[in-house]
Order: sequence, then structure tokens, then C-alpha cells
Amino acid sequence: MAILVFTEIADGAIKKSSLEAIYYGAQVAEKLGTSVTALAIGKADSSELAIAGNYGASKVLHANDAKLETPNSMAYAKVLVEAANASGAKVIITAKSSLADAVTARAAGTLKAAVVGNVVELPDLSNGFKVKRSIFTGKAFADVNVTSDIKVLAIKKNVVSPVESGNAASVEAFTPALAENLFTAKVTETVKATGTVSLPEADLVVSGGRGMKGPEHWQPLLDLADALEAATACSKPVSDLDWRPHHEHVGQTGVKVSPNLYIACGISGAIQHLAGVNSSKVIVVINKDADAPFFKAADYGIVGDVFEVLPKLTKAVKELK
Amino acid sequence: MKILVCISSVPDTTSKISFTDGDTKLNKAGVQYIIGPYDDYALARAVELKEKSGATITVLNVGEADAEPQIRKALAIGADDAIRVDVEPTDSYFVAEQIAAVAKEGNYDLILMGRETSDYNSGVVHGIVGEILGIPSFSPVMQLDIEGGVAKMTREIEGGKEILEAPLPLVLGCQEPIAEWKIPNMRGIMTARTKPLKVIPASGEALTATDKYSLPPAKGPCKMIPADEAEKLIELLHKEAKVL
Ligand SMILES: Cc1cc2nc3c(=O)[nH]c(=O)nc-3n(C[C@H](O)[C@H](O)[C@H](O)COP(=O)(O)OP(=O)(O)OC[C@H]3O[C@@H](n4cnc5c(N)ncnc54)[C@H](O)[C@@H]3O)c2cc1C
Ligand SMILES: Nc1ncnc2c1ncn2[C@@H]1O[C@H](COP(=O)(O)O)[C@@H](O)[C@H]1O
Repeated sequence: MAILVFTEIADGAIKKSSLEAIYYGAQVAEKLGTSVTALAIGKADSSELAIAGNYGASKVLHANDAKLETPNSMAYAKVLVEAANASGAKVIITAKSSLADAVTARAAGTLKAAVVGNVVELPDLSNGFKVKRSIFTGKAFADVNVTSDIKVLAIKKNVVSPVESGNAASVEAFTPALAENLFTAKVTETVKATGTVSLPEADLVVSGGRGMKGPEHWQPLLDLADALEAATACSKPVSDLDWRPHHEHVGQTGVKVSPNLYIACGISGAIQHLAGVNSSKVIVVINKDADAPFFKAADYGIVGDVFEVLPKLTKAVKELK
Repeated sequence: MKILVCISSVPDTTSKISFTDGDTKLNKAGVQYIIGPYDDYALARAVELKEKSGATITVLNVGEADAEPQIRKALAIGADDAIRVDVEPTDSYFVAEQIAAVAKEGNYDLILMGRETSDYNSGVVHGIVGEILGIPSFSPVMQLDIEGGVAKMTREIEGGKEILEAPLPLVLGCQEPIAEWKIPNMRGIMTARTKPLKVIPASGEALTATDKYSLPPAKGPCKMIPADEAEKLIELLHKEAKVL
């Protein structure tokens, strides 16, 4: 009943969300009396990967084939299936992300595994295998009984708060054979924002809506995000109007985030917007309209003009640091 | 070209969610069901491809009879025929298994889905179907053109996008701005009534079952900070909420 964690690498190190998934895996492993293996695909130094031990993994399988440098869900899934077979894994865990969703989905297709996404708690193993998942974009929860032999769980951000053990994991090279037909797609161009905080991974998010008036007025928001080292986000009309890039828009049709802190600037709080942010731990709303619906979903609110409020917040953050 | 569009039937986002039967069932009373918003984009792009270079579109739903108004709407928007696999869509693998069985039978060049359903937000059915069929899957696709049996796509990746091409057959999860949502016109609605809708039984077994539903705890009151003392917010976030 071993546990395998699909671990993502970004810039040569394990992503924070994947470290959370490893820690979650370790908690499940403890309940089941087994150990956790992490599967990491891509370029990284062994010393970076050994950090998985600090979060509860005893072993890291490292697939570092040059063919795997660009994420490819077909090939990654093949590696995941091989790793599951090699480690005898019955539970596969991952932090939810667009890559992890695609990879675990394909692996589940081969392993005939149930996939349960947006898991918000450790499983209840007292009677079968039961997990709690968030459904209807955070509006409800379902307790789900999983009956397949192999189970895939995709956990939401912030489900566990890792306590580091100080252990290191052993790192082993893992080199399954990869057939040519896994690589029929040709990526001709990749456009990626660099040097910014990744939105799905971020603990702190500063987000702007139509109340920001236009792309030329974004600086005060960017200044606050900079001071906080926060990721930036926006509402759908803002990305529709091309004020901000599409991948920044949160909500029903955009990214779903669950940071520790979400600061909404000039966003009315439509239900489709809330669908992407309502599982944030703390929500701050700044809006000049005291009746804006967003205040009902907020923990802290300021009724005022964003252009007056934002510089004050930035200044206070700088003073705090 | 033969296109299969898979649509889910989901509660409108603005619906109030509640449960019945001791919190074991979703209360469907008063809930407005719609075609999954992302699935609507997939359907809209299929119709555009059909208008541009000819295609037949089959729309597929795995679900119970109460999804038929959504299926008829898809026919009114431009699908040619429909299949419903008559079973409750309990889990992703089970749903994907049904879709793959229909796809094998029909030999489609292109299987279009939404990026994710808006009720469970799993985003995995396309990948599972692709794997079962042994063909590539990509999601979320924001732009799609077909030229000489090759799909040219723009796909969103974390923090950016990727431009790629791959030969058909493919399974794709779609999202905006791949197409403009289409509203059925009068003629579409009239012809949809007589378009074929085949109901077939499911195969295989569900891999999950929901024991119980619950709602999140009610949010406490919002603490208001006067705008001229905005800096106090940072102190509260630091000392009280402990998120800074
Ligand atoms: C099917 C569907 C899916 C959707 N998906 C999404 C989604 O994923 N994400 C999303 O965000 N939306 C989505 N929407 C749109 C959503 O319904 C709202 O229209 C949208 O969220 C509103 O964006 P906004 O709050 O930026 O703009 P507005 O609603 O125009 O609000 C602007 C706010 O700024 C305030 N304001 C103005 N000036 C100032 C100032 N100087 N200082 C402070 N406050 C100011 C105003 O009081 C107002 O509350 C969707 C809609 C549909 C129908
Ligand atoms: N019950 C269903 N019937 C038909 N298609 C579905 C069903 N459920 C999901 N899909 C398709 O699979 C996509 C991804 O769904 P999911 O993996 O459940 O988020 C959806 O956008 C639909 O296109």
C-alpha cells in the first residue's frame, strides 16, 4: 500500500505545492503504516530533490531524460505509471495544477484509478477510504468513498501545514523506456512570464478589477504586490479588455486560488469571481461602494478609493519589514 | 471530419446549493441546469469548424434524463445528432470510460470537451479518455485550427501559453477565447426537436460514491477599517489574522 507523490519541479527545485503534497502523503502513509516515494520529472540537482525527505518522503525517483525537459502529459503519465508499478503504489497524490491534472488523468486511464480532485482533508480510513473534497467551486463539500484498487488524490493548496523533519530522502535515477509516439505533438513556441510570483502557488495575492480604471493605473497595485512579494491577479473583464494577461484572471472561468491572503482592489465580487477565490484563508476588499457584494465574503474591508488606499498599504508593508 | 463534443449538465454558478435526504443528495429543486460553460466553448468551436470546412457534430452526455434540455440546446446550437449514456455521472474515470466506449464506436477525428466541469472542477476526463483511446490529449486549449489533419493550438500553461501542433485524432479540453458562445436561433430550436437523440446503457462500474454533503461554515462579519486609517489593515493582517 505504498504511496507515490507526483512532484513538480520549477526552476530546478521542488515546487512548494508539491512539498505540501509530499507532507500530505507522509500523513496518509503514517496512517497506513507505509512510506512515501516522490516522483520528480525534469532537471534538478539531487541535493534539491533530497529536500523531499524534510517533508516525509523516504525516496525520490528522478526521471531526468532530456526528452522530458518540456512537460508532456503523455510521457509524464507513462513515467508515473511505471513508477507506480515499480513502487507498488496504491495511492497517488499530487498538488492540483494544470500539469498534474493532465498527467494523473492519463495515468488513471491506464491504472483504472478513481481520481478525486480538490481534496481538503486527510482521508478517513476507519471504514474504507473516504476523502472530503470541495465541490461547486468552494460552495460545498462531499465526503467520497473511493473503491478503486488504485486511488489518485489531487489536494488543494493549504490543506496541510508542513512541519519539517530535517531528514533527507535518497535520490535514485529512474529511466523508463519512452516510445517515440509519446512525442507526436510539436511545441513551436512557449511564452512565459518570468520573474513574477506564480499565481496558483502564491500565498499572497493582490487582485484588481474594473475599479482600477485602466492598465495605465496598475502601478499602485503592482507596488503593493512587490512590497508583499505577492502574485497579481485580476477579474475577468480586466483580462477580456486586455488590461492584464488572461492567465491572471481568477474565477469560474479562470484560475482557482486559495492563498492565505487575497486582496481585492476595485472588484465588485460577482458570484463568478468569488468561485475562484472563496477558499482563500483571509479576504480583504477595497471598494469605494459600501454596498459592493464582495464585502459579504470578506474578512476585512475598506470603503474607499483604491488609488488613495493602495499607497498607504504599500507604505505600511514597507514599514513592517 | 467527425467531431464528438462532450457536454456536462451542471447547476448554474449562481445557484444556491442545498441538500436533501439527510444530506446525501443534492437538492435539485429550484436549481437551474446549464451546459457546462467550458463545454459551451467546445461546442461553439465545433460549430465554427463545421461552418468553415464542413464536419458532422455528435454531442454526448453521460447523465440522466433531466440533462435532455441541455442536449436539445446543443442540437439547436448546431450539433447534428446526440447520444446520452443513461447513468448518473458519479466519477471521472467512470464518465471517461463511457465516453471512450462511444468514441471507439464512432471513430471521431476530434473529441472536444470543456477544460473542466463547473461543479467538480476536476479537469481530468479528457486525459483519461485520451489514454484509454491511446491518443494525445491537451487542455486548456484557447485557440484551435485544423489544417490538413493537423491541429494547430494555443494552450494555456502556468504563467503563460504554448503554441503547438499535433496530428488528429485528438482529445481537447477547451476554454475561452477559443470561440464565442452561441445562442440558438428559432430555426435551430425548431430543427433540434427532430434531430436524433440516442439513449444507450452504461458499461462498467462507478469507482466512487458520495456518502454525505456539507456546506462550509458561515463567514464571520467583515471587519471594516476607515479609509483614512488604511495602514491599520496591515497591522491587523500581521497581528490578528497572522497572514503577514
Ligand atoms: C458565465 C460567466 C462566467 C464568468 N466568469 C468570471 C470569472 O471567472 N472571473 C470574474 O472575475 N468574472 C467572471 N464573470 C463576470 C462577473 O459576472 C463580473 O461581471 C465580473 O467579475 C466583474 O468584474 P469587476 O468586479 O472587475 O468589475 P465591476 O463589476 O465593474 O466592478 C468594479 C468595482 O470597482 C469599484 N470601484 C470603481 N472605482 C473604484 C475606485 N476608484 N476605488 C475603489 N473601488 C472602485 C466599483 O464600486 C465596483 O464594485 C463571469 C460571468 C459569466 C456570465
Ligand atoms: N457527464 C458528462 N458527460 C459528458 N461529458 C462530460 C461529463 N462530465 C465531464 N465531461 C466532459 O469532460 C470535461 C472535463 O470534465 P471534468 O474532468 O469532470 O472536470 C467537461 O468539460 C466535459 O466536456
